[in-house]
Amino acid sequence: MMKFFRGSKIRQLLGLISPGALWILIFFNLPLLIMLFISFVERGRAGGIQIPPVYTISNYRLLFDACATEFAGPACNPWLYLGIFGHSVRIAVVVTFWCILVGYPLAYFIAKQKPIWRDALMILVIIPFWTNFLVRTYALKQVLATEGLLNSLLMNLHLIMQPLELLFNESGVVIGLVYGYLPFAILPMYTSIEKFDHSLMEAAADLGAPPRRAFWRVMLPMTMPGVVAAFVLVFVPVVGAFITPDIMGGGKVEMIGTLINRQFGVARNWPFGSAMSMVLMLVVLIGVVAYFRSGTEETRSAI
Amino acid sequence: MANEFAVEMQDVLKQFVTPEGGLLSAVDHVTMQIKDGEFFSLLGPSGCGKTTSLRMIAGFELPTEGNILIHGKEMSQVSAHQRPVNTVFQQYALFPHMTVAQNIGFGLEMKGVGKAERSKRVAEALEMVRLPGMEMRRAKQLSGGQQQRIALARALVNKPEVLLLDEPLGALDLKLRKEMQLELKNLQREVGITFIYVTHDQEEALTMSDRIAVMNKGEALQIGKPEEIYERPENRFVADFIGETNFLDGVVKGQNGNVVEIDLPGTDVLHVESSRKFTNGQQVSVAVRPEKLRLNNKIEGGNNLKGHVEDVIYIGTDTHYGVRFPGGHRTRVREQNVSQAQKEIAKLDDDVTVSFTLTAPRILTE
Repeated sequence: MMKFFRGSKIRQLLGLISPGALWILIFFNLPLLIMLFISFVERGRAGGIQIPPVYTISNYRLLFDACATEFAGPACNPWLYLGIFGHSVRIAVVVTFWCILVGYPLAYFIAKQKPIWRDALMILVIIPFWTNFLVRTYALKQVLATEGLLNSLLMNLHLIMQPLELLFNESGVVIGLVYGYLPFAILPMYTSIEKFDHSLMEAAADLGAPPRRAFWRVMLPMTMPGVVAAFVLVFVPVVGAFITPDIMGGGKVEMIGTLINRQFGVARNWPFGSAMSMVLMLVVLIGVVAYFRSGTEETRSAI
Repeated sequence: MANEFAVEMQDVLKQFVTPEGGLLSAVDHVTMQIKDGEFFSLLGPSGCGKTTSLRMIAGFELPTEGNILIHGKEMSQVSAHQRPVNTVFQQYALFPHMTVAQNIGFGLEMKGVGKAERSKRVAEALEMVRLPGMEMRRAKQLSGGQQQRIALARALVNKPEVLLLDEPLGALDLKLRKEMQLELKNLQREVGITFIYVTHDQEEALTMSDRIAVMNKGEALQIGKPEEIYERPENRFVADFIGETNFLDGVVKGQNGNVVEIDLPGTDVLHVESSRKFTNGQQVSVAVRPEKLRLNNKIEGGNNLKGHVEDVIYIGTDTHYGVRFPGGHRTRVREQNVSQAQKEIAKLDDDVTVSFTLTAPRILTE
């Protein structure tokens, strides 16, 4: 047994993986356990948790019945939190849909260029990452504002009579999220489309398929792994997003991310925030696993 | 069919822009007529324009100039998916995400053929290519030869007016290729569909075709039956590309009726029968196949040239002798090894006589 562990191959392997493994263990897995623990205890009066801990499942109950608390007023809506949950999922679906719809043709266009242009265009897609996300979001806010760049331009061109309301509502949040996550959709779809053998489209045309049908029957199914990867890469972070909804929604658009953020801030309800995080994680996990299970072998190997 | 021609190419030009910005004529003013029910081959080295021609007939490329007609109907406004042709692609281009049945049924599905009828015809098509019961397999689970048959079934199940085949046997090993050549030829006879077959393999073209168009550098150099192409090549490229040929360069010395006298400087004077007229002093090439030459076996009234054996290559069925003549001309002589005596006809460094009849060679002027 000792001989086995003394094997230099094993030691090399341990040496290589332990920094990363420890990092993940200490800074991701351990905090997750702490969060799981907090979600099952009562909140402290001034934030944090009560010491010594009092175990409860009321934090989870609160999610399903927003009135199950001493602070509930007479106009209390028991569906409040579940509603925000559903709303977040809906916004995430819409954002993912637009990212794929806009990203797919763009990925296709880039994949069809000569290699030297392809690389240049992909760099253009990645360049925004080099600018701070917060700065970009604030910049986008300037563009979309009532007196902003876009509205001024459209007004001066007499395309619109009144400024469009693109901020502090759901449209603003969706635009901001699509803007921020589009590159995540383009990258995996580009990889799939670039690998796609275009002679299959010729074969489809040869067999009598008009271009549109050839796309739906051959190209889309063949590039589906990229689309699924794009879905996961956009949907998962967007459903829990809080910076963009906060800035673009101006506090008027509540998403699960902003709600959780508030529990650790002004609301000072760590246990409820933790419970919501756990449920969100579970929902995303179940969703993703179900998606991969239903998919083909190709889909499963996409990520 | 009102028109006896399945496909006509009328003065078709196809130009591409090269990466350097120049213009390349991949197909250079080609005119050819392919008869209904014919097995027609486009034969030539890579880059000769054969595949581009096929792609223009299929509708994947449009001619820069000229017309393509299918059964008399002009095709310039008809896109690929509307043309009455189907293609067997070089790499098969089977849909990897579909089963064999879905692949073969794809064309029928696009035509709106119902499910029951479709599966019946898919089964028939699989029967035809001798792969019955393969419906539920996936393309990538099949061997190269099987994929090739599925690709063939996928095209033929649609009963196209013309079947286009782009080097379909190129990826198969030699033995399988030979088998498939015969099978394809028989299949074509059975279904009676016009086949246009692209290949760079001259033996394959000779074996299978009713007629062959030999192409080089975008031009169709000669169109004819296999024996015409082989026996009466019209120029040096065709003579050289199809089979093996000896070229003896000389000068026309005189013409006596059908017999042309050609001086091979330093070697001898040849006599060759030809109905064409030549002028004295004209530079010509005398092309003669190695199997039409005899070694040390004089032909009365034929050409008998003295030469020197430079190499002897034994290849089993035949022995090849390389013979050099005094004027520097070289020929390759092929003798079949019928008997032991035949094998000992000449040795390295022997002085020999190379003989052939007046009708054996072709006189080429270009």
